[in-house]
Amino acid sequence: MTQTNGAPRSFQEIILRLQNYWAAKGCAVMQPYDMEVGAGTFHPATTLRSLGSKAWAAAYVQPSRRPTDGRYGENPNRLQHYYQYQVLIKPSPPNLQELYLGSLEAIGVDMALHDIRFVEDDWESPTLGAWGLGWEVWCDGMEVSQFTYFQQVGGHDCHPVSGELTYGLERLAMYVLGVDHVMDMPFNDPDALIPLTYGDVFKQTEEEYARWNFDVANTEVLLRHFEEAEAECAAILAQEHQDPKTGKRIIMAHPAYDQCIKASHIFNLLDARGVISVTERQAYIGRVRALAKQCADAFVLTEAGGHAADSAA
Amino acid sequence: MPDLLIELFSEEIPARMQARAAEDLKKRVTDGLVEAGLTYAGAAALSTPRRLTLAVDGLLAESPTIREERKGPKVGAPDKAIEGFLRGAGLTRDQLEERDTPKGAVYFAMIERPGRPAAEIIAEVLEATIRNFPWPKSMRWGAGSLRWVRPLHSILCILSDEAGASIVDMDIEGIKSGNTTRGHRFMAPDEITVTGFDDYSAKLKRAYVVLDARERAEAIWQEATNQAFANGLDVVEDKGLLAEVAGLVEWPVVLMGAIGEEFLELPPEVLQTSMKEHQKFFSVRNPKTGRIERFITVANRETADNGATILAGNQKVLSARLADAKFFWENDLRTVREQGFEPWVEKLESVTFHAQLGSVGGQVNRIAALAQALASKVDADPALALMAAQACKGDLCSEMVFEFPELQGLMGRYYADAAELPAEIGKASEEHYSPLGPSDDVPSEPVSVAVALAEKLDKLTGFWAIDEKPTGSKDPYALRRAALGVIRLVLENDLRLNLKESFEAALQTLLKLAEWQGALLEAKAAEKGATGEELEAAKKRVHDMAHQVEAAIAVTASASSDLLSFFHDRLKVFLRDQGIRHDVIDACIAMDGSDDLTLLVKRARALEDFLKTGDGENLLQGFKRASNILSQAEEKDGVEYSFGADRKFAEDDSEKALFDALAAGGDAISPAIEAEDFAAAMRGMAALRAPIDAFFEAVQVNAENEIVRRNRLNLLSQIRQVCGQVADLTKVEG
Repeated sequence: MTQTNGAPRSFQEIILRLQNYWAAKGCAVMQPYDMEVGAGTFHPATTLRSLGSKAWAAAYVQPSRRPTDGRYGENPNRLQHYYQYQVLIKPSPPNLQELYLGSLEAIGVDMALHDIRFVEDDWESPTLGAWGLGWEVWCDGMEVSQFTYFQQVGGHDCHPVSGELTYGLERLAMYVLGVDHVMDMPFNDPDALIPLTYGDVFKQTEEEYARWNFDVANTEVLLRHFEEAEAECAAILAQEHQDPKTGKRIIMAHPAYDQCIKASHIFNLLDARGVISVTERQAYIGRVRALAKQCADAFVLTEAGGHAADSAA
Repeated sequence: MPDLLIELFSEEIPARMQARAAEDLKKRVTDGLVEAGLTYAGAAALSTPRRLTLAVDGLLAESPTIREERKGPKVGAPDKAIEGFLRGAGLTRDQLEERDTPKGAVYFAMIERPGRPAAEIIAEVLEATIRNFPWPKSMRWGAGSLRWVRPLHSILCILSDEAGASIVDMDIEGIKSGNTTRGHRFMAPDEITVTGFDDYSAKLKRAYVVLDARERAEAIWQEATNQAFANGLDVVEDKGLLAEVAGLVEWPVVLMGAIGEEFLELPPEVLQTSMKEHQKFFSVRNPKTGRIERFITVANRETADNGATILAGNQKVLSARLADAKFFWENDLRTVREQGFEPWVEKLESVTFHAQLGSVGGQVNRIAALAQALASKVDADPALALMAAQACKGDLCSEMVFEFPELQGLMGRYYADAAELPAEIGKASEEHYSPLGPSDDVPSEPVSVAVALAEKLDKLTGFWAIDEKPTGSKDPYALRRAALGVIRLVLENDLRLNLKESFEAALQTLLKLAEWQGALLEAKAAEKGATGEELEAAKKRVHDMAHQVEAAIAVTASASSDLLSFFHDRLKVFLRDQGIRHDVIDACIAMDGSDDLTLLVKRARALEDFLKTGDGENLLQGFKRASNILSQAEEKDGVEYSFGADRKFAEDDSEKALFDALAAGGDAISPAIEAEDFAAAMRGMAALRAPIDAFFEAVQVNAENEIVRRNRLNLLSQIRQVCGQVADLTKVEG
């Protein structure tokens, strides 16, 4: 492993170092999920795999979208599209805190000079019907990660418990690289033949999406899509477990969960468009949670969810 | 006698839970030990973010042996009875003793429970304590099922005496007890072996861990004030923050930094709130300017650069936070300077106050109407009270309050001043939530008083109208606090207010505005081209609300007297704390005009004082005697003796004297009552004491002569009447 020592020089170097570090610690380095999500937790490698009894260890970058956070690329810290780095290990190993601190060192945080703190922060996702206990991790007073021991997901108790680490990559990288505005952050090496900043890559898209998210997205279409996703999710899960064509037991937890992800993102878009009132908000969150719960119910009946293969099969 | 040392070492315990957890550990373990027969000399519990520690001194090395003699069945009793006895005693038949008693030969069992070594007991007690620990929130981790606040890593449990230390063996789900711990997570992470508490705390200190939270807090405060003082500055005291910060570090290192020049114009409360809430910084004030100019942060370690990197990082985070706050402040200022509070007040229409009570906008309209009506009673300018009430919730729509809800009211004051509104308006915005608690300051500026009263009266009548009253320990809308607020506003400002009238006015306002708001809602829905369904939904909401309020109005009288008795209950609690007996208050509540709290309390205080005097005590006895005799006679005769006592039928001198005294007393008392001079009225009553005593001494009320008897009964009724003008003395105990 060619772990570069010393300070990293770019956003991508920080990502690469995290990938290398967690690969070396035995995680399956996965790729981002190919759908719009609000956070890395939504990736089925976390949501679904934290359920059931099977051991699991995964690490990945997840592009995440939060339409309401769009600031046309002008705010130094806020973006409607950003990256999270996500690690999920089940069962949580006893040295997870040390492993985590090791990852900070790997990206150039010198433990002898910085003040790292674990500050109480209990995590809850109302849309996923999930909660856990843990901390936000502070480095010199700045929150750099979320550290959670999952207790419940999709309404199911987690047994064994997964340890989840979430790094807000832009914020962490800006701190490590000493950059004040996200758009000024070097994306690749500043000495590369064609050096690119984060702004070179994303400034324009932040503007485009902010305009679309806030003012243009067709709310009627979105509302319809929400209902369709909801209906499709239910329809998928209503299918017989036994596939009539192959004769195999195939529970379609993942395709159903895709619809849940879709509904969740559409809800976020509708929220950004300002067409959801305070009271309706709770109702929509409840509808997404109901989908997440049904998908979780289905997943635990699958093999990956720890369901023992039927002797009759 | 050995000493016990226990340390439960875990991942970071939330700061707010540490002190309580240390106490719980102490209580549960020592209770368990004592229950098992292990007494001790002393115990102390300590905590850091990563450990709970308990030291118990002078513990018994083993629990005492307990001998017990138990009497059993007679010799020759059925086998079943004997077997049952043996089972209970845990013995066999040959171990029983036969003894002759006056009732014949009887079996006796001598049961001996031998003492057990301390280690055995400790292991049991500690395991039970860990498994049943009362954390406010606990969790599982890994593949285990043990629950702790965060993963538990190790258990140090040793007994030590002159001979040395030994580990108390135990194993809880794979965590084995030992005699080791670890120092500071970063500065001394290696294992440390310890032999007893002194050794443990000394070694930990060398390993950069201050074990005692109080010691950490003191060190932080000392160092913080020193650094500030050296620069001619003061640290803004905040005990809650100090305790929290002391729970976030094992090795506190205090660092002071400057706040960027560009943020110094922000209101000091904004700086303070932002720094405290987000960063857990202390504010450092310049006593000359009153401005917050620096911050103090507490790091958890020493560094080679003396904290320079840490301080720079914290400063950077603070700047980002304050840039946000500054952005909100400037946007808000622009809004109010250009457009006043209008845009915010308009927005309140779409902020929900309560599903059944409509929007905050509606609430504000009601408060405004009430404040205007109340103005004359509190010496406020009605027009100003109206304006102040209309603006009082405006700041809820400001960006700053959206970000920092705890600054509500205060920001209203800043923004009202910025909008160049009359000073009373800003003040009312800041003060209209007050008083929030029993010790909170009560506003005295008339406009503030009017708005504060209106806000609370609207809230109380509104929730009463929809039948959302507090029950038992449940009071989600803090209605008890609101009622106490009204009580204190009235009493401390010496206001004369008939609460029942105010309740009814508030209920009427609620109804009127509900209808008006309903019409508006419908009009808006129609204007938006709402579909039939939406329009129907809007209509239904309006209808429901109006209906509910109407129902409440229909029972206005009962709703308002129910609310009044709620107030009286709160008043009793409030006055009890000031040493006024509840029966004294009851006696005064029974009088007319008890919805005028100032009058009520005046009355109660005078009565309380009077009853403390010898005259008062004796008069009460005389009154009760008169009242009892009278009630009995009235019951027996089936008539009410209330009229027609005539001095000419008086036989005894004492009787005549009483006639005279009552006539004179009535003349003195009535005008005093009229003038609300209850002390004077009481003095008038005190003058009756001697004649009443003398009368009862000399005279038999139930005389043979029916005319004399009746005349005396009617005389007694005069006592009842005259004395009853101040309070219903029948309700006074004793």
